[in-house]
Amino acid sequence: MRVLAAMSGGVDSAVAAARAVDAGHDVTGVHLALSAKPTSFRTGARGCCTLEDARDARRAADVIGIPFYVWDLAERFRQDVVEDFVAEYAAGRTPNPCLRCNEKIKFSAVLDKALALDFDAVCTGHYARVVDGRLARAADVAKDQSYVLGVLTTRQVAHAMFPLGGTQKQDVRREAETRGLAVADKPDSHDVCFIPDGDTAGFLQRRLGAEPGPIVDTAGVVVGEHDGAFAFTVGQRRGLRIGRPAADGLPRYVLDVSPVTRTVTVGAAEDLDVSWLQGERAVWSGARPGVPTSCLAQVRAHGEVVPAVACADGETVAVDLVQPLRGVAPGQAVVLYDGDAVLGSATIASTA
Amino acid sequence: MTDPTAAARARRLTYLDHAATTPMVPEALEAMSACLGMVGNPSSLHAAGRSARRLVEEARESLAASLGARPSEVIFTGGGTESDNLAVKGLYWARRGEDPARRRILASAVEHHAVMDSVLWLAEHEGAVVEWLPVDAVGRVDPETLRAAIATDPGSVALVSVMWANNEVGTVQPVAALAEVARSYGVPIHSDAVQAFGQLSVDFAASGLDAMTVTGHKIGGPLGTGLLVLGRTVDLTPVLHGGGQERDVRSGTLDTPAIVGLAAAAELAAKRQPERAEQFAGLRDDLARRLLVAVPDAVLTGDPDLDVAHRLPGNAHFSFPGCEGDALLLLLDARGVECSTGSACSAGVPQPSHVLLAMGVPEDLARGSLRFSFGHTSTPDDVDAVVEVIGPVVARARRAGQNAVRA
Repeated sequence: MRVLAAMSGGVDSAVAAARAVDAGHDVTGVHLALSAKPTSFRTGARGCCTLEDARDARRAADVIGIPFYVWDLAERFRQDVVEDFVAEYAAGRTPNPCLRCNEKIKFSAVLDKALALDFDAVCTGHYARVVDGRLARAADVAKDQSYVLGVLTTRQVAHAMFPLGGTQKQDVRREAETRGLAVADKPDSHDVCFIPDGDTAGFLQRRLGAEPGPIVDTAGVVVGEHDGAFAFTVGQRRGLRIGRPAADGLPRYVLDVSPVTRTVTVGAAEDLDVSWLQGERAVWSGARPGVPTSCLAQVRAHGEVVPAVACADGETVAVDLVQPLRGVAPGQAVVLYDGDAVLGSATIASTA
Repeated sequence: MTDPTAAARARRLTYLDHAATTPMVPEALEAMSACLGMVGNPSSLHAAGRSARRLVEEARESLAASLGARPSEVIFTGGGTESDNLAVKGLYWARRGEDPARRRILASAVEHHAVMDSVLWLAEHEGAVVEWLPVDAVGRVDPETLRAAIATDPGSVALVSVMWANNEVGTVQPVAALAEVARSYGVPIHSDAVQAFGQLSVDFAASGLDAMTVTGHKIGGPLGTGLLVLGRTVDLTPVLHGGGQERDVRSGTLDTPAIVGLAAAAELAAKRQPERAEQFAGLRDDLARRLLVAVPDAVLTGDPDLDVAHRLPGNAHFSFPGCEGDALLLLLDARGVECSTGSACSAGVPQPSHVLLAMGVPEDLARGSLRFSFGHTSTPDDVDAVVEVIGPVVARARRAGQNAVRA
């Protein structure tokens, strides 16, 4: 096959590309330039897409012995990931930009271009497997990224190649060293790549401006004030800066964020329990289930997995959680699993 | 295996990016190799130093003869970019030093980044006022445009810089006429002749220029060596300070082997220029004709008058509507054809060319451009190789391009 390997400059995508070559594929490496004004060096594990990352990717391609190019996707990334991120927060929802990037950039813009240019598949360093055409969890449970890939359609999965799905991360690092890839001991990247200082609230405040409003309890009593509802996420405990303690003396959590009224509602931990959720824009890995289906549900990357029953209805899906989950925010994705295999996913619209 | 990529890797490569860099000519390789094992700093006073100095000075005399200059006008540098920086910054500082009113820099809108970014740096950090001289649809500066720009306030002009021939579309500038205009106002004029020398007849004295950039690796000499031809009476402030080896204008130990290789390549470049121009033009004209047959809606960008007085004989530049340049490049590379989109930034992200935009080429067309450039190793087989693959490559790139637009 002709394979396009997306190479971030990190250890995982470098080893993935090398394995694709070993498997006998004709591999071409591509680094995706996602920032219009890349900085020269990354600081620690935060951020990515610096010029240093592009150089690291190029050096890895040299060592592997494959052609290498840089594709400029900065404008697409800005529109589909960064602006979406800001708009979602402005609407009181909690987006996952990595998931959006996989959905809109790596397995849409890049995949479409690759297919048009006569490639058969896009290879990445994600920890996930494809079993019988369905996405499935990686062997390394701690690194498993099937959640952030859960939004991919069957067609997207059919053209995806994840050579690291069956391997433990530590073995990938060792393999990189054996292969002479200089990125072997490069730190993993974390956090939101386009917010290199890690200050999401500050980023949103710069983008959206200060919008002060009240913090109220479940009885509607104003217990504090905030500079912008977008800085709060359902389930958040820290940073509320409420002067008076609650009557019961227990910690308070964000229960709801309403950007229209600029109101943040707080309450006790048990008020966070969610036992039902409604998802929209559902994607199924096989045929849409016609009957209520027992499955497992996960609502955030590396989050808790609970038994659930899913009822699909057109583009939406209602999910009963057999065991309640805490801190479920609209905008997050719910990914439904059948054992280790991804059954489908949807964007959470409402909870109860 | 029917795979086109693997087949191309086994096949001979078609190198049509000589404007980026061209292989060393055997004469230069031989002359340079003979010096690589020698010891001797040309500035040292002992016998070894004198031997090295003699080689450098013989090279300087040879280069002067090849370029229509005097030996004392040849200043060795580390290449074209350094020469451009030295000329632009050095002339600006020297002229402004004489008269603080001289802050205007007049440069063409199609300059190489080495000139353009030097000018922009001076504007940002040294109080220069930049005026980009507009070009016509083929990328040429009208001498009357320069005259009008100077005439608004001649006393405030620090320098003029207009390249001899453009690196992307090959347009040749009326250098002598421009120099005459500058001279009539007593304003120094620099020209980047990196692409011109070897393909056109380049005579510094006859041109009327005050400073001229030449580099080694575009003419079959070694990488990392070049020179600035600087008129004997032209005052210039140094950029690199140190031993003052080159007329107190440029410091740094001279690279004797590279300079010897450069001189050998330049001698051939000057001597063989007429026949090379004819060879390149023959191949280029053949490519232009046959490529337009293979891809009827491709556009030959730049001056349609292919005469050597108007366009570099080795330059062919096309725009392919509906295609992305990087997609074309990838597909050609996979088939063993090496060319250029004519522009690149440090991260290798293609930007629409400022040259094409200055010529009034629409941005989407500018993004779908390729430059094929011929050199001394080019053969008719190279043209055949491009013509053979260009049709399917453009068709595929167009599908990818439309995809990108649609998505």
